[in-house]
Amino acid sequence: MNVLKSGSQAVRIEQDVVMARQTARKLAVEAGLRLVDQTKLVTAASELARNTVVYGRGGDMDWEILEDERRKGLRLTFRDQGPGIADMKLAMTDGWTSGSGLGLGLTGAKRLVDDFSVESAPGEGTRVMICKWT
Amino acid sequence: MERIPILRMGDFLLVTIQVDMHDELAITLQDDLSERISKTSARGVLIDISALDMVDSFIGRMIGTISGLSKIMDAETVLVGMQPAVAITLVELGLTLPGVITALNVERGMKLLRERVQAE
Amino acid sequence: MSALSQQTIDATRKNEGHLLASWQANLDASGASRDSRIKQAEFEGQTREFLRLFLASANGSDTANITGSEWADVRGFLDGLSRSRALQGFDSQTTASFIFSLKRPLFELLQAQYASDASELAAQLWAVTELLDTLGMYTVRAFQKSREEVIARQQEELLELSTPVVKLWDGVLALPMIGTLDSQRTQVVMESLLQRIVETGSEIAIIDITGVPTVDTLVAQHLLKTVTAIRLMGADAIISGVRPQIAQTIVHLGLDLQGIVTKANLADALALALKRSGLTVTKAG
Repeated sequence: MNVLKSGSQAVRIEQDVVMARQTARKLAVEAGLRLVDQTKLVTAASELARNTVVYGRGGDMDWEILEDERRKGLRLTFRDQGPGIADMKLAMTDGWTSGSGLGLGLTGAKRLVDDFSVESAPGEGTRVMICKWT
Repeated sequence: MERIPILRMGDFLLVTIQVDMHDELAITLQDDLSERISKTSARGVLIDISALDMVDSFIGRMIGTISGLSKIMDAETVLVGMQPAVAITLVELGLTLPGVITALNVERGMKLLRERVQAE
Repeated sequence: MSALSQQTIDATRKNEGHLLASWQANLDASGASRDSRIKQAEFEGQTREFLRLFLASANGSDTANITGSEWADVRGFLDGLSRSRALQGFDSQTTASFIFSLKRPLFELLQAQYASDASELAAQLWAVTELLDTLGMYTVRAFQKSREEVIARQQEELLELSTPVVKLWDGVLALPMIGTLDSQRTQVVMESLLQRIVETGSEIAIIDITGVPTVDTLVAQHLLKTVTAIRLMGADAIISGVRPQIAQTIVHLGLDLQGIVTKANLADALALALKRSGLTVTKAG
């Protein structure tokens, strides 16, 4: 698996969430994802970028366009040095649709992508990786 | 500060969302709409999202809130123009926008609003 | 690390014409160039272009490694060549022979150049072999990739063709699904149905599963998701062709159809769709 291109951008303030979406869209097109997959990835990116700003107190989005044998992929990693997720189990429950207000959007994002991983602990910040393949 | 324009069309208000909204803009729209509904005693609100290529949880909640708000103020909200990719993504997310009426386009949405208003 | 010496490169440049002729003769002999799919002139152009790029890149670089930027033009050329050969229906062997046929002419040139220096001859022969083998392998891989892309595209076109969306009436679309439904197929079909709904402004879509032998949980879930998406967009769907066995399976699996209307056959579904559209069918005369 190769990394064809990579980069990073800040996700600190609200406007950065929009920028993150637009970058994700542009890269998804470049990676050759079909329209529905692009939309799914961009939506997941929007959720995670917002988390980074709102809960993570600002962080960064790293992106990589990958190539693996005969398919291409777009991998996004959202990382911050915020308070971290205290209760991972709770964060991964469907707070999204039940309207509990937590709305961390993690489970939603997970459903939209092919690969997903989250690393976080109180005081250690958070790191969420999502990847979508052609 | 940028705002999303709200057009008045008789008894109804039409909102066409054409920009990639940041959260604050979405909240502003909510506030502007509730004020306009009240001021104009509008009976219906049409939200046109045909230009949106993505709807996430925040925008989804905004739409749900607008729908709820307007109902309290005796107006019906119809969401029109959802793109297929957006619909598929929302279904995958499990976001069903309960209580939100939808139509394929502005024309159908208007027709629907008129029928509902007349039915009273 | 072995590399082509400056002497080799200069000699190749000096004897370019002769080399090209020899290479062309080799290709002719193998029959690769006399194929009617490629014109003689085109072939000659390709050999000339390749040699030009080859010489430009070979300058001092490690012959075992063609991944560097100095070989980018050559790689690009080979990508293009493989793709066009793949599209024209050639096989990988014939395509790779484009590269391998250059070996003999180059060897002959080297033998003449280094006639008095056996060890240098051996070194240069090795460098050339290594380089051409690597380039040949690259060509084969590029060829395979192109072939796979063509197949993938054909598969998708076949998918779309085998599940056409038809307009039954103003505002009423029908999607007759035939054969087993797998995840990928259902997704592609789902997307094209939704797209047509938007394009035609149709408010009712009839999904007919008469031709679907079995409905398992996964298929049912996909159908459910499709209908939910259709409703979210502001239209509605009717599922027709629900045979008794399928109805049993649905009940057995405990699936909740969430208020989706089902009809035994397409005709009944159409009647309902027309009724909902406020239309009636009457006899003429």
